[in-house]
Amino acid sequence: MNIQLILFIVLASVAATSSVVMVTRKNPVICAVFLVLNFFALAGLYLLLNAQFIAVVQVIVYAGAIMVLFLFVLMLLNTETEHKLFADKRAIKFFAILISAFVFVQVAYLIFHGSPFRALTPDEAASVKAGTIQAIGQQLYTNYIIPFEVAGFLLLAATIGALVLAKKKFE
Amino acid sequence: MSSIPIECYLILSAFMFCVGVAGVLIRRNAIIVFMCIELMLNSANLTLVTFSSYLGNSIGQVFVFFVMTVAAAEAAVGLAIIIAIFRNKKTVNIDEINIFKW
Repeated sequence: MNIQLILFIVLASVAATSSVVMVTRKNPVICAVFLVLNFFALAGLYLLLNAQFIAVVQVIVYAGAIMVLFLFVLMLLNTETEHKLFADKRAIKFFAILISAFVFVQVAYLIFHGSPFRALTPDEAASVKAGTIQAIGQQLYTNYIIPFEVAGFLLLAATIGALVLAKKKFE
Repeated sequence: MSSIPIECYLILSAFMFCVGVAGVLIRRNAIIVFMCIELMLNSANLTLVTFSSYLGNSIGQVFVFFVMTVAAAEAAVGLAIIIAIFRNKKTVNIDEINIFKW
């Protein structure tokens, strides 16, 4: 057992458990807190994968900005807590869980059988180089400059759209 | 990194995605449905970063960057829509928001 494997097991179990807990709790604030925990575990996994820039952005953007937005809306709306998860519409919910379990089994089957990436030999040095902000920035400002500009425009449009939607009162 | 087989990351990502799918299908609070969508986006990000790292190619991480941009925009607009709906209907329970149903 080396340190990377131990870290992976710890972070992966935190991520998996917190996602399940987030879906099953009935209080929305607790759901949001467990989602933040999940994001932090994912940031740790990104670090384990040598993706330093993405790990930092994950903490700043997701765990910082987006979750603060969610918590603010939860605070503003003062929503009633749902009743217990399986109190009503039991058949539909059971069927929904069945569907997602079926999707998981299919994807797991595809991962373990019949895919060419098992022969992949990871190159530690190349992966460290790929995760640096230098490599990502070089791609962003050369090959992906138009998508980058479009992303900026999308954020501007989203800001204006959010303002207009939240301000106006629909009749 | 090299000591962990790539399947571990992919299975974790698939598991989180399916938990997100189940959450969207069974939860009735619109904000929690939104959080489940964020969870699904994150699991897709994990797959992209995994392949990017194992292939030693940074383009996957560029795509994660764009996914995060779109997720931020989507969260802002979606939460604004939820606020607008709450103003009119006094609820965020998606079973009671059926104004398009006839």
